[in-house]
Amino acid sequence: MSVLVYTESEQGKFKKAALEVASYAKAVANQMETTVTAITFNTGDASELGNYGVDKILNVSNADGFNAKIYADAIKQAAEKEGAKVVIVSSSADSKYLAPLLAVGLNAGYASNVVEAPTSTSPFTVKRTAFTNKAFNLTEITTDVKVIGVSNNAFGLVESTGSAAAENFSPTLAASNISVASVDKATDKVSIADAEIVVSGGRGLKGPENWGMIEELASVLGAATACSKPVSDLGWRPHSEHVGQTGKPVASNLYIAIGISGAIQHLAGINASKIKVVINTDADAPFFKAADYGVVGDAFEVVPQLIEKLKEFKAQNA
Amino acid sequence: MKILVCISHVPDTTSKINFAEGDTKFDPNGVQFVINPNDEFGLTRAMWFKEKQGASVDVANVGGPETEPTLRKALAIGADSAIRVNTAATDGFAVAKQLAKVVQDGGYDLVIAGRESIDYNGGMVPGMLAGLIDANFVNNCIHLEIDGDNATASREIDGGKETVNTSLPLVIGGQKGLVEESDLRIPNMRGIMMARKKPLMIIEPIDANAETASVKFEKPAPKGAVTLVSPDNLDELVNLLHNEAKVI
Repeated sequence: MSVLVYTESEQGKFKKAALEVASYAKAVANQMETTVTAITFNTGDASELGNYGVDKILNVSNADGFNAKIYADAIKQAAEKEGAKVVIVSSSADSKYLAPLLAVGLNAGYASNVVEAPTSTSPFTVKRTAFTNKAFNLTEITTDVKVIGVSNNAFGLVESTGSAAAENFSPTLAASNISVASVDKATDKVSIADAEIVVSGGRGLKGPENWGMIEELASVLGAATACSKPVSDLGWRPHSEHVGQTGKPVASNLYIAIGISGAIQHLAGINASKIKVVINTDADAPFFKAADYGVVGDAFEVVPQLIEKLKEFKAQNA
Repeated sequence: MKILVCISHVPDTTSKINFAEGDTKFDPNGVQFVINPNDEFGLTRAMWFKEKQGASVDVANVGGPETEPTLRKALAIGADSAIRVNTAATDGFAVAKQLAKVVQDGGYDLVIAGRESIDYNGGMVPGMLAGLIDANFVNNCIHLEIDGDNATASREIDGGKETVNTSLPLVIGGQKGLVEESDLRIPNMRGIMMARKKPLMIIEPIDANAETASVKFEKPAPKGAVTLVSPDNLDELVNLLHNEAKVI
């Protein structure tokens, strides 16, 4: 009857999104007066989850690296074993990949991009974003078992006191017809999906040779770097950095847009970010209407100064 | 190879979103509808398979008669025929179930659907469809090659990309990267004329229960005005981000 949560780890370490969904699961469990069980894959020490409200951990070690079908199948079996009526996943690429397969396996209704704890558990109603962040949609899940995908950075981390008991779980897993040929991943950089701060550059930066200051600003802030669509279309930056409606969605705590005018497609993709800062020479750029803080000025003068100010700030607050 | 591209009929990004009937329904008045951008990348990749590898390409939509201009546009871009399942698209599962029937009846080898529609952003139809018909599934797909029954596909992962080997039958959750923005096609006059003569089949829905129900819509609270900071006073910006916004 407990609430089941899929907590993703990478190289044995939990992602921030995993701790966030654990916190969310605890809130749902409180509403339903039950406990939280987490399912993890190949995680050595999972005890950290206890600090975020998890009571029990099922660690799967008979599955290899991520495979959506196999992981969905394992989570389904865990849900059945625990009698879980609610299964919670994050909004990571992997979670969004497996969630629909899991929902079909469990005959469960699935609501994605959920931003708050359920407004009611009977009927089971959640608030999710729709129309690419231009609206919220209150959605009722009418099936017996429910799958909820929680938006990144929407619920936050909620620590609680407690400890989680871990046990091994060995589901019966079928083979998959999908095999990984190669993975191309920058391990030394913060990914846009995991980042709390994103620094993004647009065409106002005039050329790829000027990205040094964007990377430096990001490095000072521990942020991910991103770019607008024209910049990726021009080949100045890789497509993987393109954020916006047809690029990656951003839901960071802080989004700093430099030399980006703020086309509606761009704003749609980044609007879920909590605080938006814009730096642009053009005071009439539409981004100023969507931003919380703005600097009307030349990025080539403002950004280097801002880097210095932030370095001083970091030195004082280290 | 028989390809089906699933087409969502969605409001253009620049449309103002309004709700009616006590904020329980989307208000289509004054809204321009388009092919869902994520579907359009998939359709263009499908056209490449048609032209280079002799594939046939059909498009399908679950929706009422109002979606037909969007299907005609897909035909004008080059699809061979269109199918409209004549029922309202109530939720992702119900749509996936209708499409599963279309795929099974049509014997499609490859199904390409956008990773999500830009209206409800559910991101579930391709995966649920794959689950229902037990096909292989690659989501957030940014590159796809087909050779006989074998497929090589890349998907976006957090912080990079992953390339996988798989096989048909295959369902793809597509997005930008399948083709570039500059490869997208605008229907030309000849395409539009030909599209009028291409078949658009209307099929009646099967029984498919929805698993979720939209209760109400809300718009985000209106945003306050931007706080402008002088470029000569960036200490103030650092101060605001630290003490007011509490994000650094």
